[in-house]
Amino acid sequence: MRSIAFPGRFSSLDEIRDFFTQAAKEANLDKESIYHIQLAVDEAASNIIEHAYKGEDRGKIECSYLADPGRLEIYLHDHGHPFDPYSIETPDLNAGLFERKQSGLGMHFMKSLMDSIEFSFTREGGNFLKMVKTRKEKNPPQNKSRR
Amino acid sequence: MEINTTMMKRCVLLNISGRIDSSTAPKLQETLNEVIAEGLYRLVLDLKQVDFISSAGLWVLVNAQKKCKRFNRGELILAGVPQRIHGALDLAGFIPYFRTFEDSTKAVGSF
Repeated sequence: MRSIAFPGRFSSLDEIRDFFTQAAKEANLDKESIYHIQLAVDEAASNIIEHAYKGEDRGKIECSYLADPGRLEIYLHDHGHPFDPYSIETPDLNAGLFERKQSGLGMHFMKSLMDSIEFSFTREGGNFLKMVKTRKEKNPPQNKSRR
Repeated sequence: MEINTTMMKRCVLLNISGRIDSSTAPKLQETLNEVIAEGLYRLVLDLKQVDFISSAGLWVLVNAQKKCKRFNRGELILAGVPQRIHGALDLAGFIPYFRTFEDSTKAVGSF
């Protein structure tokens, strides 16, 4: 497992995306999956700074990964306030422009773009986030009964 | 991220390039707020050279659109939207909030 701790500030986002882009390439993931990972880790790290640390430069974001052929496990760890994923409001994707509330989009992106995401918190260890992405098949099996 | 602002006859054209994330989105918001504060509500954002946008950047576009469309005084139009940026707008449910054109010439001409 490779790990790097980045300062918990928005200017770290470039490096965090780059770190996991290299990881995804190591796992031989396809271009679309790599882009999905860039977006998901950006949202995850931004959430850590905003919601766990409640501001910039309050702590580190520890980033790690396990790369297997066609599969990447991503780990983000922080020592901020406990993060409760159930406290995040689900965005209303059908709301009109003026009714749309600014919340929950980052979590929606992470859930939509990754194969799985898991949150956990311990008093001693802080917040842990695990996300998994597997390579998209080039020619997924077709359901012949569908037209 | 770089922003190049051009005053056109009937609207303001903003060419944006680079990555729009939580680090750079405040700069885009500040620029759009300055334009809107001058009473200019007809805006074209050329996103052709944007290669990454996170939810923080998408909200800047939506909040600017809310300001522009208020009292039917104007509109923010998107031009040259790359496929990935379109995908992010779609995932967010933001597609219905914007008219889009394939390039800025057509977008500017629509005003």
